[in-house]
Amino acid sequence: MTSLPALPTPKKLGLVIDLDVCVGCHACVVNCKEWNTGGYGAALSDQDPYGADVSGAWLNRIHTFEVVPQGGEIVGEAGEARIVHFPKSCLHCEDAPCVTVCPTGASYKRADDGIVLVDEDMCIGCGLCAWACPYGAREMDLAAGVMKKCTLCIDRIYNETIAEIDRQPACVRTCPANARHFGDLADPSSAVSIMVAERGGMDLMPEQGTRPVNKYLPPRARKPLASSTPLPKEDTTGATGFFAWLDDMLDRI
Amino acid sequence: MHPAPSIIIFTTLSGLGYGLAVVLGLGLLDPATLATKIAHVLAIAMIGAGLMSSTLHLGNPQRAWRALSQWRSSWLSREGVMSIVTFVPLLWSAWVCVIESRYLALPGLAGSVLSLATVFCTAMIYTSLKSVQAWHTPLTPACYLLFAAAGGLVVASLFAFAGGGNASLLAVLAAVALMAAWIAKTAWRRNMLTLVPISTPETATGLGAIGKVRLFERPHVMENYLTHEMGFKIARKHAAKLWGIAVVLGGAVPVVALLVLAIVGQVSSAIAAMFACVALLSHIIGMLTERWLFFAEARHAVMNYYNG
Ligand code: SF4
Ligand code: SF4
Ligand code: SF4
Repeated sequence: MTSLPALPTPKKLGLVIDLDVCVGCHACVVNCKEWNTGGYGAALSDQDPYGADVSGAWLNRIHTFEVVPQGGEIVGEAGEARIVHFPKSCLHCEDAPCVTVCPTGASYKRADDGIVLVDEDMCIGCGLCAWACPYGAREMDLAAGVMKKCTLCIDRIYNETIAEIDRQPACVRTCPANARHFGDLADPSSAVSIMVAERGGMDLMPEQGTRPVNKYLPPRARKPLASSTPLPKEDTTGATGFFAWLDDMLDRI
Repeated sequence: MHPAPSIIIFTTLSGLGYGLAVVLGLGLLDPATLATKIAHVLAIAMIGAGLMSSTLHLGNPQRAWRALSQWRSSWLSREGVMSIVTFVPLLWSAWVCVIESRYLALPGLAGSVLSLATVFCTAMIYTSLKSVQAWHTPLTPACYLLFAAAGGLVVASLFAFAGGGNASLLAVLAAVALMAAWIAKTAWRRNMLTLVPISTPETATGLGAIGKVRLFERPHVMENYLTHEMGFKIARKHAAKLWGIAVVLGGAVPVVALLVLAIVGQVSSAIAAMFACVALLSHIIGMLTERWLFFAEARHAVMNYYNG
Protein backbone atom coordinates (compact mmCIF):
# COMPACT_ATOMS: atom_id res chain seq x y z
CA MET A 1 0.00 0.00 0.00
CA THR A 2 1.62 3.22 -1.07
CA SER A 3 -0.46 5.56 1.02
CA LEU A 4 1.62 6.93 3.86
CA PRO A 5 0.85 5.81 7.43
CA ALA A 6 -2.23 7.75 8.57
CA LEU A 7 -0.81 8.54 11.99
CA PRO A 8 2.68 9.78 12.83
CA THR A 9 4.83 6.69 13.33
CA PRO A 10 5.48 5.98 17.03
CA LYS A 11 9.18 5.61 16.26
CA LYS A 12 11.13 7.65 13.75
CA LEU A 13 14.32 5.75 13.16
CA GLY A 14 16.92 7.71 11.28
CA LEU A 15 20.41 9.08 11.03
CA VAL A 16 22.03 12.22 12.35
CA ILE A 17 25.02 13.24 10.29
CA ASP A 18 27.58 15.65 11.66
CA LEU A 19 28.93 17.85 8.87
CA ASP A 20 31.48 19.32 11.26
CA VAL A 21 33.12 15.94 11.74
CA CYS A 22 32.84 14.05 8.45
CA VAL A 23 36.23 13.85 6.76
CA GLY A 24 34.93 12.47 3.49
CA CYS A 25 36.76 9.16 3.75
CA HIS A 26 34.01 7.15 1.99
CA ALA A 27 34.33 4.30 4.50
CA CYS A 28 30.57 4.41 5.12
CA VAL A 29 29.93 4.30 1.37
CA VAL A 30 32.02 1.19 0.93
CA ASN A 31 30.66 -0.57 3.99
CA CYS A 32 27.10 0.25 2.90
CA LYS A 33 27.72 -1.31 -0.50
CA GLU A 34 29.43 -4.30 1.07
CA TRP A 35 26.65 -5.01 3.54
CA ASN A 36 23.77 -4.36 1.20
CA THR A 37 25.14 -6.31 -1.73
CA GLY A 38 24.90 -9.45 0.34
CA GLY A 39 21.90 -8.61 2.50
CA TYR A 40 18.32 -7.50 1.94
CA GLY A 41 17.10 -7.96 -1.63
CA ALA A 42 18.99 -8.17 -4.89
CA ALA A 43 22.75 -7.63 -4.94
CA LEU A 44 23.87 -4.06 -5.64
CA SER A 45 25.19 -4.53 -9.13
CA ASP A 46 27.91 -2.65 -10.96
CA GLN A 47 27.94 -2.18 -14.70
CA ASP A 48 31.23 -2.56 -16.58
CA PRO A 49 33.01 -2.81 -13.22
CA TYR A 50 36.52 -3.26 -14.61
CA GLY A 51 36.01 -1.28 -17.78
CA ALA A 52 36.38 2.33 -18.76
CA ASP A 53 32.72 3.20 -18.20
CA VAL A 54 32.14 1.83 -14.73
CA SER A 55 28.95 2.65 -12.86
CA GLY A 56 26.81 1.00 -10.24
CA ALA A 57 24.09 1.36 -7.66
CA TRP A 58 25.08 2.96 -4.36
CA LEU A 59 22.79 3.80 -1.47
CA ASN A 60 25.06 6.33 0.15
CA ARG A 61 27.27 8.82 -1.62
CA ILE A 62 29.61 11.51 -0.34
CA HIS A 63 29.64 14.84 -2.11
CA THR A 64 32.12 17.53 -1.22
CA PHE A 65 31.11 21.17 -1.29
CA GLU A 66 32.99 24.40 -1.04
CA VAL A 67 31.17 27.09 0.90
CA VAL A 68 32.32 30.65 0.41
CA PRO A 69 31.13 33.16 2.99
CA GLN A 70 30.04 36.60 1.83
CA GLY A 71 33.14 38.58 0.91
CA GLY A 72 35.30 35.48 1.29
CA GLU A 73 37.91 34.56 -1.23
CA ILE A 74 38.50 31.25 -2.97
CA VAL A 75 42.25 30.88 -2.95
CA GLY A 76 42.82 27.28 -2.06
CA GLU A 77 43.92 26.68 1.46
CA ALA A 78 44.79 30.27 2.17
CA GLY A 79 41.27 31.62 1.63
CA GLU A 80 38.08 31.80 3.62
CA ALA A 81 36.28 29.11 1.62
CA ARG A 82 35.28 26.11 3.59
CA ILE A 83 35.25 22.51 2.45
CA VAL A 84 32.32 20.45 3.73
CA HIS A 85 32.08 16.71 3.10
CA PHE A 86 28.48 15.77 2.68
CA PRO A 87 27.18 12.20 3.01
CA LYS A 88 23.80 11.65 1.43
CA SER A 89 21.45 8.68 1.67
CA CYS A 90 17.69 8.24 2.09
CA LEU A 91 16.28 10.59 4.72
CA HIS A 92 13.26 8.35 5.47
CA CYS A 93 10.93 11.32 4.99
CA GLU A 94 7.65 11.55 6.89
CA ASP A 95 5.87 12.90 3.80
CA ALA A 96 7.77 10.69 1.39
CA PRO A 97 6.78 11.54 -2.21
CA CYS A 98 8.64 8.42 -3.41
CA VAL A 99 6.07 6.27 -1.62
CA THR A 100 2.85 7.87 -2.82
CA VAL A 101 3.84 7.91 -6.52
CA CYS A 102 4.59 4.19 -6.64
CA PRO A 103 1.98 2.43 -8.80
CA THR A 104 2.58 -1.08 -7.48
CA GLY A 105 2.72 -0.78 -3.72
CA ALA A 106 6.38 -1.82 -3.78
CA SER A 107 7.46 1.42 -2.16
CA TYR A 108 6.17 1.81 1.38
CA LYS A 109 6.78 3.46 4.73
CA ARG A 110 6.60 1.23 7.78
CA ALA A 111 3.91 2.34 10.22
CA ASP A 112 5.83 1.30 13.34
CA ASP A 113 9.32 2.76 12.84
CA GLY A 114 8.98 4.98 9.77
CA ILE A 115 11.59 3.20 7.66
CA VAL A 116 10.97 3.64 3.92
CA LEU A 117 11.51 0.41 2.00
CA VAL A 118 11.05 -1.17 -1.43
CA ASP A 119 9.53 -4.63 -1.74
CA GLU A 120 11.65 -5.83 -4.64
CA ASP A 121 9.29 -8.67 -5.56
CA MET A 122 6.60 -6.11 -6.36
CA CYS A 123 8.73 -3.42 -7.98
CA ILE A 124 8.38 -3.12 -11.77
CA GLY A 125 11.37 -0.81 -12.09
CA CYS A 126 9.42 2.11 -13.51
CA GLY A 127 11.76 4.60 -11.87
CA LEU A 128 9.03 7.07 -10.94
CA CYS A 129 9.94 7.00 -7.24
CA ALA A 130 13.50 8.05 -8.08
CA TRP A 131 12.06 11.00 -10.00
CA ALA A 132 9.87 11.91 -7.05
CA CYS A 133 12.71 11.97 -4.52
CA PRO A 134 14.29 15.43 -4.56
CA TYR A 135 17.42 14.12 -2.83
CA GLY A 136 18.54 11.48 -5.31
CA ALA A 137 18.33 8.81 -2.65
CA ARG A 138 17.02 6.04 -4.91
CA GLU A 139 18.96 4.31 -7.62
CA MET A 140 17.80 1.62 -10.02
CA ASP A 141 19.72 -1.61 -9.97
CA LEU A 142 20.28 -2.06 -13.68
CA ALA A 143 20.94 -5.80 -13.41
CA ALA A 144 17.88 -6.71 -11.35
CA GLY A 145 15.64 -3.98 -12.75
CA VAL A 146 14.38 -3.00 -9.32
CA MET A 147 14.71 0.15 -7.26
CA LYS A 148 17.34 0.19 -4.50
CA LYS A 149 17.53 2.50 -1.54
CA CYS A 150 18.87 2.75 1.99
CA THR A 151 17.01 0.31 4.26
CA LEU A 152 18.56 1.80 7.38
CA CYS A 153 20.14 -1.67 7.51
CA ILE A 154 16.90 -3.19 8.66
CA ASP A 155 18.65 -6.56 8.58
CA ARG A 156 21.19 -5.33 11.16
CA ILE A 157 19.26 -3.10 13.52
CA TYR A 158 16.73 -5.79 14.47
CA ASN A 159 19.09 -8.72 13.99
CA GLU A 160 19.38 -10.69 17.21
CA THR A 161 21.95 -13.06 15.77
CA ILE A 162 24.67 -10.41 15.74
CA ALA A 163 26.32 -8.75 18.73
CA GLU A 164 24.32 -5.88 20.17
CA ILE A 165 27.04 -3.38 19.37
CA ASP A 166 26.63 -4.24 15.68
CA ARG A 167 22.88 -3.63 15.61
CA GLN A 168 23.39 -0.31 13.88
CA PRO A 169 23.40 0.66 10.22
CA ALA A 170 26.64 -0.39 8.51
CA CYS A 171 27.60 3.22 7.77
CA VAL A 172 27.22 4.27 11.40
CA ARG A 173 29.12 1.27 12.68
CA THR A 174 32.04 1.87 10.33
CA CYS A 175 32.49 5.64 10.46
CA PRO A 176 36.00 6.21 11.86
CA ALA A 177 35.27 9.83 12.70
CA ASN A 178 31.98 9.22 14.53
CA ALA A 179 30.19 11.55 12.17
CA ARG A 180 27.12 9.32 11.87
CA HIS A 181 24.59 8.50 14.56
CA PHE A 182 21.55 6.27 14.53
CA GLY A 183 18.51 6.45 16.78
CA ASP A 184 14.86 7.27 17.32
CA LEU A 185 14.16 10.87 16.42
CA ALA A 186 10.60 10.62 17.75
CA ASP A 187 11.94 10.18 21.28
CA PRO A 188 13.06 13.59 22.58
CA SER A 189 15.30 11.95 25.18
CA SER A 190 17.25 9.83 22.69
CA ALA A 191 20.92 10.68 22.14
CA VAL A 192 20.24 11.67 18.54
CA SER A 193 17.36 13.98 19.48
CA ILE A 194 19.49 15.69 22.13
CA MET A 195 22.29 16.13 19.61
CA VAL A 196 19.86 17.67 17.12
CA ALA A 197 18.48 20.03 19.77
CA GLU A 198 21.91 21.11 20.98
CA ARG A 199 23.56 21.58 17.61
CA GLY A 200 20.64 22.96 15.62
CA GLY A 201 20.14 19.89 13.45
CA MET A 202 18.59 20.80 10.12
CA ASP A 203 16.41 19.41 7.33
CA LEU A 204 17.63 19.30 3.74
CA MET A 205 15.39 21.15 1.25
CA PRO A 206 12.58 21.81 3.75
CA GLU A 207 10.79 23.68 0.94
CA GLN A 208 10.11 20.38 -0.81
CA GLY A 209 7.70 19.53 1.98
CA THR A 210 9.06 16.01 2.52
CA ARG A 211 9.73 16.40 6.26
CA PRO A 212 12.91 14.30 6.40
CA VAL A 213 13.59 12.23 9.52
CA ASN A 214 17.38 12.30 9.06
CA LYS A 215 18.99 15.46 10.35
CA TYR A 216 22.26 17.16 9.52
CA LEU A 217 24.34 18.96 12.13
CA PRO A 218 25.81 22.12 10.61
CA PRO A 219 29.57 22.71 10.69
CA ARG A 220 30.60 24.71 13.74
CA ALA A 221 31.55 28.34 13.24
CA ARG A 222 35.17 28.83 12.28
CA LYS A 223 37.19 31.93 13.03
CA PRO A 224 38.39 33.83 9.99
CA LEU A 225 41.92 32.99 8.86
CA ALA A 226 43.09 36.55 9.48
CA SER A 227 42.37 36.25 13.18
CA SER A 228 44.30 32.99 13.63
CA THR A 229 47.61 33.11 15.51
CA PRO A 230 50.18 34.01 12.85
CA LEU A 231 53.23 31.78 12.36
CA PRO A 232 56.32 33.17 14.17
CA LYS A 233 58.37 35.49 11.98
CA GLU A 234 62.11 35.02 11.38
CA ASP A 235 63.78 37.25 13.96
CA THR A 236 67.16 36.81 15.69
CA THR A 237 67.38 40.12 17.52
CA GLY A 238 67.54 39.59 21.25
CA ALA A 239 69.47 36.30 21.01
CA THR A 240 72.05 35.95 23.77
CA GLY A 241 75.04 33.79 24.70
CA PHE A 242 75.88 30.88 22.41
CA PHE A 243 72.99 31.57 20.02
CA ALA A 244 74.03 35.22 19.63
CA TRP A 245 77.56 34.10 18.81
CA LEU A 246 76.32 31.43 16.37
CA ASP A 247 73.98 33.93 14.70
CA ASP A 248 76.86 36.35 14.32
CA MET A 249 79.21 33.68 12.93
CA LEU A 250 76.66 32.35 10.43
CA ASP A 251 75.95 35.87 9.23
CA ARG A 252 79.68 36.31 8.47
CA ILE A 253 80.15 33.22 6.28
CA MET B 1 15.44 15.00 -17.26
CA HIS B 2 16.52 12.22 -19.57
CA PRO B 3 14.28 12.20 -22.67
CA ALA B 4 13.62 8.45 -22.94
CA PRO B 5 12.41 7.60 -26.47
CA SER B 6 9.90 5.04 -25.15
CA ILE B 7 8.13 7.67 -23.04
CA ILE B 8 8.24 10.32 -25.76
CA ILE B 9 6.70 7.91 -28.26
CA PHE B 10 4.17 6.73 -25.68
CA THR B 11 2.88 10.19 -24.77
CA THR B 12 2.80 11.35 -28.39
CA LEU B 13 1.09 8.28 -29.82
CA SER B 14 -1.38 7.76 -27.01
CA GLY B 15 -2.16 11.51 -27.04
CA LEU B 16 -3.05 11.31 -30.73
CA GLY B 17 -4.98 8.08 -30.26
CA TYR B 18 -7.03 9.36 -27.34
CA GLY B 19 -7.62 12.66 -29.13
CA LEU B 20 -8.96 10.80 -32.14
CA ALA B 21 -11.09 8.64 -29.85
CA VAL B 22 -12.60 11.81 -28.34
CA VAL B 23 -13.61 13.10 -31.79
CA LEU B 24 -15.01 9.71 -32.81
CA GLY B 25 -16.86 9.43 -29.53
CA LEU B 26 -18.58 12.75 -30.19
CA GLY B 27 -19.90 11.32 -33.44
CA LEU B 28 -18.21 13.94 -35.59
CA LEU B 29 -17.39 11.43 -38.33
CA ASP B 30 -19.90 9.50 -40.42
CA PRO B 31 -19.93 5.90 -39.11
CA ALA B 32 -21.06 4.49 -42.43
CA THR B 33 -17.86 5.41 -44.29
CA LEU B 34 -14.76 3.29 -44.66
CA ALA B 35 -12.59 6.21 -43.53
CA THR B 36 -14.34 6.36 -40.16
CA LYS B 37 -14.03 2.62 -39.67
CA ILE B 38 -10.28 2.87 -40.30
CA ALA B 39 -10.12 5.83 -37.91
CA HIS B 40 -11.65 3.71 -35.13
CA VAL B 41 -9.10 0.96 -35.64
CA LEU B 42 -6.25 3.45 -35.89
CA ALA B 43 -7.21 5.18 -32.64
CA ILE B 44 -7.11 1.88 -30.77
CA ALA B 45 -3.88 0.86 -32.50
CA MET B 46 -2.15 4.11 -31.57
CA ILE B 47 -3.29 3.86 -27.96
CA GLY B 48 -2.21 0.22 -27.79
CA ALA B 49 1.17 0.88 -29.37
CA GLY B 50 1.73 3.79 -27.03
CA LEU B 51 0.95 1.72 -23.97
CA MET B 52 3.23 -1.09 -25.15
CA SER B 53 6.00 1.41 -25.72
CA SER B 54 5.57 2.72 -22.19
CA THR B 55 6.30 -0.73 -20.75
CA LEU B 56 9.61 -0.88 -22.63
CA HIS B 57 11.45 1.20 -20.07
CA LEU B 58 10.35 -0.96 -17.14
CA GLY B 59 12.95 -3.04 -15.34
CA ASN B 60 10.47 -5.88 -14.79
CA PRO B 61 7.66 -5.55 -17.37
CA GLN B 62 6.31 -9.03 -16.53
CA ARG B 63 4.96 -7.57 -13.30
CA ALA B 64 3.35 -4.54 -14.98
CA TRP B 65 -0.12 -5.70 -13.89
CA ARG B 66 0.83 -4.77 -10.33
CA ALA B 67 0.78 -1.13 -11.40
CA LEU B 68 -3.03 -1.25 -11.38
CA SER B 69 -3.21 -1.61 -7.61
CA GLN B 70 -2.30 1.77 -6.13
CA TRP B 71 -4.88 4.04 -7.77
CA ARG B 72 -5.69 5.57 -4.39
CA SER B 73 -2.37 7.42 -4.23
CA SER B 74 -0.48 7.09 -7.51
CA TRP B 75 -1.23 8.92 -10.77
CA LEU B 76 0.75 6.33 -12.67
CA SER B 77 -1.50 3.63 -11.30
CA ARG B 78 -4.59 5.72 -12.10
CA GLU B 79 -3.35 6.12 -15.65
CA GLY B 80 -3.00 2.35 -15.96
CA VAL B 81 -6.48 1.70 -14.59
CA MET B 82 -8.07 4.41 -16.73
CA SER B 83 -6.37 3.22 -19.90
CA ILE B 84 -7.82 -0.25 -19.40
CA VAL B 85 -11.29 1.00 -18.46
CA THR B 86 -11.26 3.29 -21.51
CA PHE B 87 -10.71 0.34 -23.83
CA VAL B 88 -14.21 -0.95 -23.03
CA PRO B 89 -16.24 1.90 -24.61
CA LEU B 90 -13.62 2.39 -27.33
CA LEU B 91 -13.82 -1.24 -28.45
CA TRP B 92 -17.60 -1.13 -28.17
CA SER B 93 -17.81 2.00 -30.33
CA ALA B 94 -15.34 0.57 -32.82
CA TRP B 95 -17.35 -2.65 -33.08
CA VAL B 96 -20.62 -0.80 -33.60
CA CYS B 97 -19.05 1.38 -36.29
CA VAL B 98 -16.95 -1.19 -38.12
CA ILE B 99 -19.47 -4.02 -38.08
CA GLU B 100 -22.80 -2.22 -37.96
CA SER B 101 -21.90 1.17 -39.46
CA ARG B 102 -23.63 2.87 -36.57
CA TYR B 103 -22.76 5.47 -33.97
CA LEU B 104 -23.93 4.86 -30.41
CA ALA B 105 -23.99 7.85 -28.09
CA LEU B 106 -23.53 5.90 -24.87
CA PRO B 107 -20.18 4.20 -25.57
CA GLY B 108 -19.20 7.17 -27.73
CA LEU B 109 -19.56 9.82 -25.05
CA ALA B 110 -18.22 7.52 -22.34
CA GLY B 111 -15.17 6.85 -24.52
CA SER B 112 -14.60 10.58 -25.05
CA VAL B 113 -14.78 11.40 -21.36
CA LEU B 114 -12.61 8.46 -20.30
CA SER B 115 -10.05 9.21 -23.02
CA LEU B 116 -9.64 12.74 -21.72
CA ALA B 117 -9.44 11.41 -18.16
CA THR B 118 -6.64 9.04 -19.16
CA VAL B 119 -4.65 11.84 -20.78
CA PHE B 120 -5.23 13.90 -17.65
CA CYS B 121 -3.80 11.09 -15.50
CA THR B 122 -0.71 10.88 -17.71
CA ALA B 123 -0.16 14.61 -17.34
CA MET B 124 -0.67 14.42 -13.59
CA ILE B 125 2.17 11.91 -13.24
CA TYR B 126 4.51 14.73 -14.22
CA THR B 127 2.54 17.55 -12.62
CA SER B 128 2.56 15.85 -9.23
CA LEU B 129 6.36 15.83 -9.01
CA LYS B 130 7.43 18.78 -6.90
CA SER B 131 11.03 17.76 -7.50
CA VAL B 132 10.71 18.88 -11.13
CA GLN B 133 9.51 22.43 -10.76
CA ALA B 134 8.91 23.09 -14.47
CA TRP B 135 6.30 20.30 -14.53
CA HIS B 136 4.68 21.18 -11.23
CA THR B 137 2.06 23.56 -12.65
CA PRO B 138 -1.61 23.25 -13.72
CA LEU B 139 -0.42 24.34 -17.16
CA THR B 140 1.04 20.85 -17.66
CA PRO B 141 -2.31 18.99 -17.75
CA ALA B 142 -3.81 21.91 -19.71
CA CYS B 143 -1.15 21.44 -22.41
CA TYR B 144 -1.49 17.65 -22.49
CA LEU B 145 -5.28 17.84 -22.84
CA LEU B 146 -5.21 20.56 -25.48
CA PHE B 147 -2.51 18.79 -27.48
CA ALA B 148 -4.46 15.53 -27.36
CA ALA B 149 -7.62 17.29 -28.56
CA ALA B 150 -5.75 19.18 -31.27
CA GLY B 151 -3.89 16.09 -32.47
CA GLY B 152 -7.10 14.08 -32.52
CA LEU B 153 -8.83 16.77 -34.57
CA VAL B 154 -5.94 16.86 -37.05
CA VAL B 155 -6.15 13.09 -37.56
CA ALA B 156 -9.95 13.29 -37.74
CA SER B 157 -9.73 16.03 -40.41
CA LEU B 158 -7.56 13.75 -42.48
CA PHE B 159 -10.21 11.03 -42.31
CA ALA B 160 -12.97 13.56 -42.97
CA PHE B 161 -11.20 14.73 -46.14
CA ALA B 162 -10.87 11.09 -47.11
CA GLY B 163 -14.65 10.93 -47.12
CA GLY B 164 -15.51 10.43 -43.47
CA GLY B 165 -17.57 13.53 -42.78
CA ASN B 166 -17.78 17.31 -42.58
CA ALA B 167 -14.14 18.06 -43.42
CA SER B 168 -14.27 21.86 -43.36
CA LEU B 169 -15.78 21.92 -39.89
CA LEU B 170 -13.21 19.51 -38.50
CA ALA B 171 -10.32 21.33 -40.16
CA VAL B 172 -11.41 24.63 -38.63
CA LEU B 173 -11.88 22.99 -35.22
CA ALA B 174 -8.42 21.42 -35.52
CA ALA B 175 -6.84 24.76 -36.38
CA VAL B 176 -8.52 26.44 -33.41
CA ALA B 177 -7.49 23.63 -31.05
CA LEU B 178 -3.91 23.76 -32.33
CA MET B 179 -3.72 27.48 -31.69
CA ALA B 180 -5.15 27.07 -28.20
CA ALA B 181 -2.70 24.27 -27.43
CA TRP B 182 0.33 26.24 -28.56
CA ILE B 183 -0.80 29.32 -26.65
CA ALA B 184 -1.01 27.18 -23.50
CA LYS B 185 2.34 25.60 -24.27
CA THR B 186 3.97 29.00 -24.78
CA ALA B 187 2.68 30.05 -21.37
CA TRP B 188 4.03 26.78 -19.93
CA ARG B 189 7.46 27.40 -21.40
CA ARG B 190 7.56 31.02 -20.25
CA ASN B 191 6.74 29.77 -16.77
CA MET B 192 9.61 27.28 -16.96
CA LEU B 193 12.14 29.82 -18.22
CA THR B 194 11.28 32.46 -15.66
CA LEU B 195 10.66 30.43 -12.54
CA VAL B 196 12.79 31.07 -9.48
CA PRO B 197 14.11 27.66 -8.33
CA ILE B 198 12.58 26.78 -4.96
CA SER B 199 15.56 24.58 -4.16
CA THR B 200 19.18 25.69 -4.51
CA PRO B 201 22.56 24.20 -3.59
CA GLU B 202 22.23 26.25 -0.39
CA THR B 203 18.91 24.72 0.67
CA ALA B 204 19.93 21.27 -0.57
CA THR B 205 22.97 21.21 1.69
CA GLY B 206 21.60 23.41 4.46
CA LEU B 207 24.90 25.31 4.25
CA GLY B 208 23.42 28.55 2.97
CA ALA B 209 23.84 30.12 6.41
CA ILE B 210 27.61 29.96 5.94
CA GLY B 211 27.76 31.22 2.40
CA LYS B 212 27.54 30.37 -1.26
CA VAL B 213 27.68 26.62 -1.96
CA ARG B 214 29.55 25.12 -4.91
CA LEU B 215 30.21 21.47 -5.70
CA PHE B 216 33.89 20.74 -5.09
CA GLU B 217 33.99 17.02 -5.74
CA ARG B 218 31.39 14.59 -7.05
CA PRO B 219 30.80 11.38 -5.11
CA HIS B 220 32.21 9.31 -7.97
CA VAL B 221 34.09 10.44 -11.04
CA MET B 222 31.89 8.57 -13.51
CA GLU B 223 28.25 9.09 -14.41
CA ASN B 224 25.65 7.30 -12.31
CA TYR B 225 21.95 6.46 -12.52
CA LEU B 226 21.03 9.85 -11.08
CA THR B 227 23.15 11.96 -13.41
CA HIS B 228 22.04 9.85 -16.36
CA GLU B 229 18.36 9.92 -15.48
CA MET B 230 18.05 13.44 -14.09
CA GLY B 231 21.16 15.28 -15.21
CA PHE B 232 20.29 15.59 -18.87
CA LYS B 233 21.28 18.99 -20.14
CA ILE B 234 20.69 20.63 -23.44
CA ALA B 235 22.48 23.71 -24.72
CA ARG B 236 20.23 26.75 -24.59
CA LYS B 237 20.84 27.68 -28.21
CA HIS B 238 19.74 24.23 -29.35
CA ALA B 239 16.71 24.33 -27.07
CA ALA B 240 15.64 27.63 -28.64
CA LYS B 241 16.04 26.21 -32.15
CA LEU B 242 14.17 23.01 -31.32
CA TRP B 243 11.38 25.06 -29.76
CA GLY B 244 11.12 27.01 -33.01
CA ILE B 245 10.97 23.76 -34.99
CA ALA B 246 8.29 22.37 -32.66
CA VAL B 247 6.11 25.49 -32.99
CA VAL B 248 6.43 25.66 -36.77
CA LEU B 249 6.01 21.96 -37.53
CA GLY B 250 3.65 21.14 -34.70
CA GLY B 251 1.51 24.28 -34.91
CA ALA B 252 2.01 26.74 -37.78
CA VAL B 253 2.26 24.27 -40.69
CA PRO B 254 -0.82 22.19 -39.82
CA VAL B 255 -2.88 25.29 -38.93
CA VAL B 256 -2.16 26.95 -42.27
CA ALA B 257 -2.61 23.74 -44.24
CA LEU B 258 -5.93 22.92 -42.59
CA LEU B 259 -7.31 26.45 -42.91
CA VAL B 260 -6.39 26.53 -46.60
CA LEU B 261 -8.12 23.18 -47.06
CA ALA B 262 -11.17 24.37 -45.18
CA ILE B 263 -11.46 27.46 -47.40
CA VAL B 264 -10.65 25.80 -50.72
CA GLY B 265 -12.96 22.98 -49.79
CA GLN B 266 -13.29 19.64 -51.49
CA VAL B 267 -11.43 20.29 -54.72
CA SER B 268 -10.58 16.67 -54.97
CA SER B 269 -10.94 14.40 -52.01
CA ALA B 270 -7.68 12.56 -52.77
CA ILE B 271 -5.59 15.73 -53.03
CA ALA B 272 -7.23 17.19 -49.94
CA ALA B 273 -6.56 14.02 -47.97
CA MET B 274 -2.94 14.02 -49.06
CA PHE B 275 -2.56 17.62 -48.02
CA ALA B 276 -4.14 16.79 -44.65
CA CYS B 277 -1.75 13.87 -44.35
CA VAL B 278 1.21 16.22 -44.74
CA ALA B 279 -0.32 18.44 -42.05
CA LEU B 280 -0.57 15.43 -39.75
CA LEU B 281 3.01 14.26 -40.35
CA SER B 282 4.29 17.75 -39.71
CA HIS B 283 2.24 17.87 -36.51
CA ILE B 284 3.63 14.54 -35.32
CA ILE B 285 7.24 15.61 -35.87
CA GLY B 286 6.51 18.86 -34.06
CA MET B 287 4.92 16.97 -31.17
CA LEU B 288 7.85 14.57 -30.84
CA THR B 289 10.14 17.59 -30.64
CA GLU B 290 7.87 19.24 -28.09
CA ARG B 291 7.82 16.09 -25.92
CA TRP B 292 11.59 15.70 -26.20
CA LEU B 293 12.01 19.27 -24.94
CA PHE B 294 9.44 18.67 -22.18
CA PHE B 295 11.91 16.23 -20.66
CA ALA B 296 15.23 17.60 -21.83
CA GLU B 297 14.64 21.12 -20.53
CA ALA B 298 13.16 20.19 -17.14
CA ARG B 299 15.60 20.42 -14.24
CA HIS B 300 15.39 18.05 -11.29
CA ALA B 301 16.05 19.23 -7.73
CA VAL B 302 18.74 16.57 -7.23
CA MET B 303 20.95 18.48 -9.63
CA ASN B 304 21.55 20.92 -6.80
CA TYR B 305 23.94 18.26 -5.50
CA TYR B 306 25.68 17.89 -8.85
CA ASN B 307 26.22 21.48 -9.96
CA GLY B 308 23.78 20.85 -12.78
S1 SF4 C 1 14.96 10.75 0.91
FE1 SF4 C 1 13.96 10.36 -1.04
S2 SF4 C 1 13.80 8.14 -1.12
FE2 SF4 C 1 14.13 8.66 1.02
S3 SF4 C 1 12.09 8.87 1.92
FE3 SF4 C 1 12.74 10.93 1.29
S4 SF4 C 1 11.90 11.17 -0.76
FE4 SF4 C 1 11.85 8.96 -0.31
S1 SF4 D 1 10.54 1.73 -9.41
FE1 SF4 D 1 9.52 0.17 -8.13
S2 SF4 D 1 9.38 1.12 -6.09
FE2 SF4 D 1 9.80 2.76 -7.56
S3 SF4 D 1 7.79 3.60 -8.16
FE3 SF4 D 1 8.31 2.02 -9.68
S4 SF4 D 1 7.41 0.13 -8.89
FE4 SF4 D 1 7.45 1.59 -7.18
S1 SF4 E 1 32.69 7.15 7.20
FE1 SF4 E 1 32.17 8.94 8.45
S2 SF4 E 1 33.84 10.39 8.05
FE2 SF4 E 1 33.94 8.82 6.43
S3 SF4 E 1 32.72 9.73 4.78
FE3 SF4 E 1 31.32 8.45 5.96
S4 SF4 E 1 30.40 9.86 7.45
FE4 SF4 E 1 32.20 10.89 6.63
